Amino acid sequence: MSAPFLVVEDLNVSFPTEDGVVQAVSGSSFSVQQGRTLAIVGESGSGKSVTAQAIMGLLNRRSTSISGRVVLDGTDLFALKEDQVRSLRGSTMAMIFQDPLSSLHPFYRIGDQLVEAVQVHGRVSRADARKRAIDALGHVGIPAPDRRVDDYPHQLSGGMRQRVMIAMALINSPSLLIADEPTTALDVTVQAQITELITTLQRESGTTLLMITHDLGVVADMADEVCVMYGGRIVEYGTVDDIYYRPEHPYTHGLLASVPRLASARVERLDPIPGNPPSLINLPTGCVFHPRCVRRSEVAGNLCLTEEPTLVASTPGHLVRCHLPIGARTPGGDAA
Amino acid sequence: MAGYVVRRVLIMILLLLLLTMAVFFLFSLLPADVARLTCGKICTEQTLALNRARLGLDKSVFEQYWIFLTGLFFGRTFGEGPAAVVCDAPCLGYSFTRNEPVLDLIVDRLPPTIFLAMGAFVLFIIGGVGVGVYSALRRGRWQDKGVMGASLIGYSLPSFFIGLVAIYFIIIRWKLLPFPSYEPPWEDPVGFVQTMILPWVVLAILYAAFYTRLTRSQMLETLNEDYIRTARAKGLPERVVVRKHALRAGLTPIVTAAGLDLAGLLGGAIILETIFSLPGLGSLAVSAVLDPDLSILVGVTLVTATFIIVANLIVDLLYAVIDPRVRLS
Ligand SMILES: Nc1ncnc2c1ncn2[C@@H]1O[C@H](COP(=O)(O)OP(=O)(O)OP(=O)(O)O)[C@@H](O)[C@H]1O
Ligand code: SF4
Ligand SMILES: [Mg+2]
Repeated sequence: MSAPFLVVEDLNVSFPTEDGVVQAVSGSSFSVQQGRTLAIVGESGSGKSVTAQAIMGLLNRRSTSISGRVVLDGTDLFALKEDQVRSLRGSTMAMIFQDPLSSLHPFYRIGDQLVEAVQVHGRVSRADARKRAIDALGHVGIPAPDRRVDDYPHQLSGGMRQRVMIAMALINSPSLLIADEPTTALDVTVQAQITELITTLQRESGTTLLMITHDLGVVADMADEVCVMYGGRIVEYGTVDDIYYRPEHPYTHGLLASVPRLASARVERLDPIPGNPPSLINLPTGCVFHPRCVRRSEVAGNLCLTEEPTLVASTPGHLVRCHLPIGARTPGGDAA
Repeated sequence: MAGYVVRRVLIMILLLLLLTMAVFFLFSLLPADVARLTCGKICTEQTLALNRARLGLDKSVFEQYWIFLTGLFFGRTFGEGPAAVVCDAPCLGYSFTRNEPVLDLIVDRLPPTIFLAMGAFVLFIIGGVGVGVYSALRRGRWQDKGVMGASLIGYSLPSFFIGLVAIYFIIIRWKLLPFPSYEPPWEDPVGFVQTMILPWVVLAILYAAFYTRLTRSQMLETLNEDYIRTARAKGLPERVVVRKHALRAGLTPIVTAAGLDLAGLLGGAIILETIFSLPGLGSLAVSAVLDPDLSILVGVTLVTATFIIVANLIVDLLYAVIDPRVRLS
């Protein structure tokens, strides 16, 4: 196997704020092979977007404390100067955001916003850049792109705007695409179209994809590997099959139970996990998931409250952060 | 867009008409007897009656307004016979204390006011917006705190205080500049600048403080917007992100304030014109109060309010230029 295209090693991100230090990401490590898809899944506030922004170099270096390593295609991004990272953004690595309604500048024509993305990374004439913009809009399924190119964002629907965002991200053929909950803000009917569009374009171009979502259902067909985050930590990491058919962490298990079309096959109830995500300023002691964990009573003593479990392999390539992974509880079993 | 412009212009014309009404009736409500004011020292009942007739005060208020309004469009004559005074359109009234149409008086006094307003405007917009952006980009650091503190001081000091302090130190103590004596720039460019520089700077400081704070808060807001993150994700240099994306998005309230402030300044900066002895609209208004000459006050009020109404229209049209959502809805 060749070296992974994207490697994140022991990433820590914290924000000093007036209320205290927000420990948004703690010791994340993962990697993606070229052309593959890694999904990062977790509830709101688990640190998914911060991870993505750290990779893209979008976090303010001055007001954020960041440590660890991000290596993209052999280049250590944290060792680069800010301007060098900037020149990779939008060309080698690109990102799509959650809310297409607010992610485009309301005062500029979408064509101009696309042209700007082309011209900042190369000496391209305006006319050529515009031609590329129209092509890109057509490619993401926008009807009559030669007319739409002169529209302002508010003249397009949410789904169309997200297509524009995708066109913009892909216009310089990036080798890494990060999609941060690209469908969360859209109508259910449009969600599937956008997901499919991203998958198709990725297959076509061979782009490496980092897909961020809070909905395990979305990535079942897309991802090769899945990274489950909770409280800024990776709590489970494995192939799609590992995560869907052999979940080891009680949190992953809870997430699966809350996905409608997966739940029916696995558990009877359709339940969101009770309780709230942890405060990132005052993290729970021991296992950060313990206040919500239904299984901690099965663990001997007070271990879950006193000691943070480490991420260990249950089988090769399948990592779990739990004192008593589910597989270990019901030997030979697929979940309870 | 064309429909929008037409609609706005029609509204403006209506507003101007209402304005003439408001100003006229407001001043006719004043307890002052204008006929007596222009009567002179030895005032007989006869001259008083003559004055009344000449000013049209013997007619009803509504008739007077009608004459005033038609005077605006077609001119009017005060009095009859050989003593009649002709006031050409647009007639804003006639000053019997100075024996000149009010419009001529105003037009005479307009240049110093315009120069003062424009010069200060350029200074405080460039200074205020520039420093505001700088401060926002260094939010929470000492530069930002320093700027905010300084602007608070500039914001709270009264203009006569800064003006007098400037005159005292720069002109009287240190003799860096001669005493102000206004000359039009085409007659004495150096003297013009020497006279204007202090009032320009004083006025600019007063207004820049406000624009610094406004720009800073606008920038802090827009810099947090999702489309700014998009702009950065595209790989745009920070300078482009700030100027083309963030500042542009936060411009609307700045343009509004700037338009109205400029209009206000064009109506005359009463205190500074007086302190720096600039023969502008503001000092014309002051001397009209002292005389007293109501016809001049009516004219100045009308012109000043017109500036503000026109500025409002321009600001509204600029909105549409800045924000396509206004233009296309
Ligand atoms: N600039 C910042 N300053 C302070 N705290 C921040 C900052 N950015 C993010 N955070 C905090 O970091 C935590 C993780 O945020 P993040 O945006 O990564 O969550 P997420 O997993 O993407 O959630 P969501 O599904 O809601 O997008 C949150 O508690 C958030 O409040
Ligand atoms: S370590 Fe304990 S509290 Fe944490 S997930 Fe495992 S069982 Fe639950
Ligand atoms: Mg997020």
